[in-house]
Amino acid sequence: MNLFSVGFRTLFFKEILRFWKVATQTIAAPVVSAMLYLLIFGHVLDGRVQMLDGVSYTSFLVPGLVMMSVLQNAFANSSSSLIQSKITGNLVFILLPPLSHVEILSAYVVASVVRGLAVGLGVFVITAWFAHLSFVAPLWIIAFALLGAGILGTLGVVAGIWAEKFDQLAAFQNFLITPATFLAGVFYSIKKLPPFWLAVSHFNPFFYMIDGFRYGFFGQSDVSPWTSLAIVAVFFVALAAIAINLLRRGYKLRH
Amino acid sequence: MTAAIQIDSVEKSYKGFKALKGVSLNIEQGEFFGLLGPNGAGKTTLISTIAGLIRPDVGSVRIHGHDVVRDFRAARMKLGVVPQELVFDPFFTVRETLRLQSGYFGLKNNDAWIDEVMENLDLTSKADVNMRALSGGMKRRVLVAQALVHKPPVIVLDEPTAGVDVELRQTLWKFISRLNREGHTVVLTTHYLEEAQAMCQRVAMLKTGNVVALDTMSQLLRRVSGSSLVVHLKHGALPDGLRHLVAHNEHDEGKNNGGNTYTLRVNDYSEVEGILARLRESGAEIDEMQLQQADLEDIFIQIMEGSPVR
Repeated sequence: MNLFSVGFRTLFFKEILRFWKVATQTIAAPVVSAMLYLLIFGHVLDGRVQMLDGVSYTSFLVPGLVMMSVLQNAFANSSSSLIQSKITGNLVFILLPPLSHVEILSAYVVASVVRGLAVGLGVFVITAWFAHLSFVAPLWIIAFALLGAGILGTLGVVAGIWAEKFDQLAAFQNFLITPATFLAGVFYSIKKLPPFWLAVSHFNPFFYMIDGFRYGFFGQSDVSPWTSLAIVAVFFVALAAIAINLLRRGYKLRH
Repeated sequence: MTAAIQIDSVEKSYKGFKALKGVSLNIEQGEFFGLLGPNGAGKTTLISTIAGLIRPDVGSVRIHGHDVVRDFRAARMKLGVVPQELVFDPFFTVRETLRLQSGYFGLKNNDAWIDEVMENLDLTSKADVNMRALSGGMKRRVLVAQALVHKPPVIVLDEPTAGVDVELRQTLWKFISRLNREGHTVVLTTHYLEEAQAMCQRVAMLKTGNVVALDTMSQLLRRVSGSSLVVHLKHGALPDGLRHLVAHNEHDEGKNNGGNTYTLRVNDYSEVEGILARLRESGAEIDEMQLQQADLEDIFIQIMEGSPVR
């Protein structure tokens, strides 16, 4: 499969154009939401709690909020595009041409990564004004941002293929994606949790994405960034394999 | 020459309902082929199978020799499908829609052909209008343009004129006829049988998932009983030997216009000579005569009602 094929590039471009045409909703709105989180939680908790040594709560919060925005918007991009196309019927324009399964998955995922990173960058630019941030290991920041967005973009493809109506996709988002991100250490270090919930958190792959991402800023994390990278990479490969298999079988797409 | 579309023993079931029951037919390159049948006959299922949107339980479909499942990339490059449903992507203009569709087929810098397609479908003035702002007829034109954007040798039109005005029909058939003359194979499903009769060289009729008729249009029109010979006799009456041919209609034994006009059933044109000879022998003088050929609608109804086809 040629990742730079005209088919892949066209579908990727179409997905970019799709969210860019409604950028107020897809870019600006999540940036404002993240800023509100920072203003409220930062104002209430800054100076009262400390999650990492030598790091203020507001500074601790910024990478978590950036990563949360990256993850949620990467998921939203591919999942909403697929479900809209399925329900309105225009998915047929993707299914009739000679696009391979890998081209379709790659285009949706890479476009989701772009949207996730665009929102994440917006959140970072706005929230960085309110916090003192360092960049101890920028490569870790880039690696976890890319992998995290890729994972959620892929998960969005899986959810978009599986869901047959908006209600099912909303359930997927509200009962799985949002709790998993909120409980992954966006607002706290899992070391502050009781032993049971600390153990449970280690089964949440979102935790490793956020913890590894935060390590890139402060050089401190709840688990080793290498461990996080390995877990996140395995998770990505497994999800991509599932998504490719669904597309190859035509699950809920080709009857 | 390889068939444009080769369908071999295709079966498809949905939750116990058998939509296609072993359909086999070949559509040759350059044909204008009609796929007819009532609602629920399996036309759209068959077209979706050809397009790769539905995978057959049994059997295979090949486009220009390429299997639509195993060799789907080559098969889809050869095929352009106009779906029955009026679907569109509300984010894009007409030109963006066509450029994107072109790109999905691996074509870039395709604007010259896109412009030509838009021109031929009277879409040029709407090129930069968002799809949401178009009327139903205009959206239908864009669907046709999307199917043609990669110049496919095989074009499948699934009820392309459903609910559209006369102007679009004329524009569409003019352009599709031109493409057919240039060598493109065209497969048409429609409920407008006069359109099929005017356009198609060969027809398959589907009924409950089976092909119940497959022939050229001319053979089909000739082979099915239903043509009638209307004779107005100046003098004399119909001889007894021809009385069994009188069509039963709203008039008493086919007599009308003063009682010396008869409508006689004719199964084959060769029977006409015999009828005229019998009339001459009986001393009847024919004042006026008209041979009314059964049209596709008559044939369609006969076949769907299960009347024998010779």
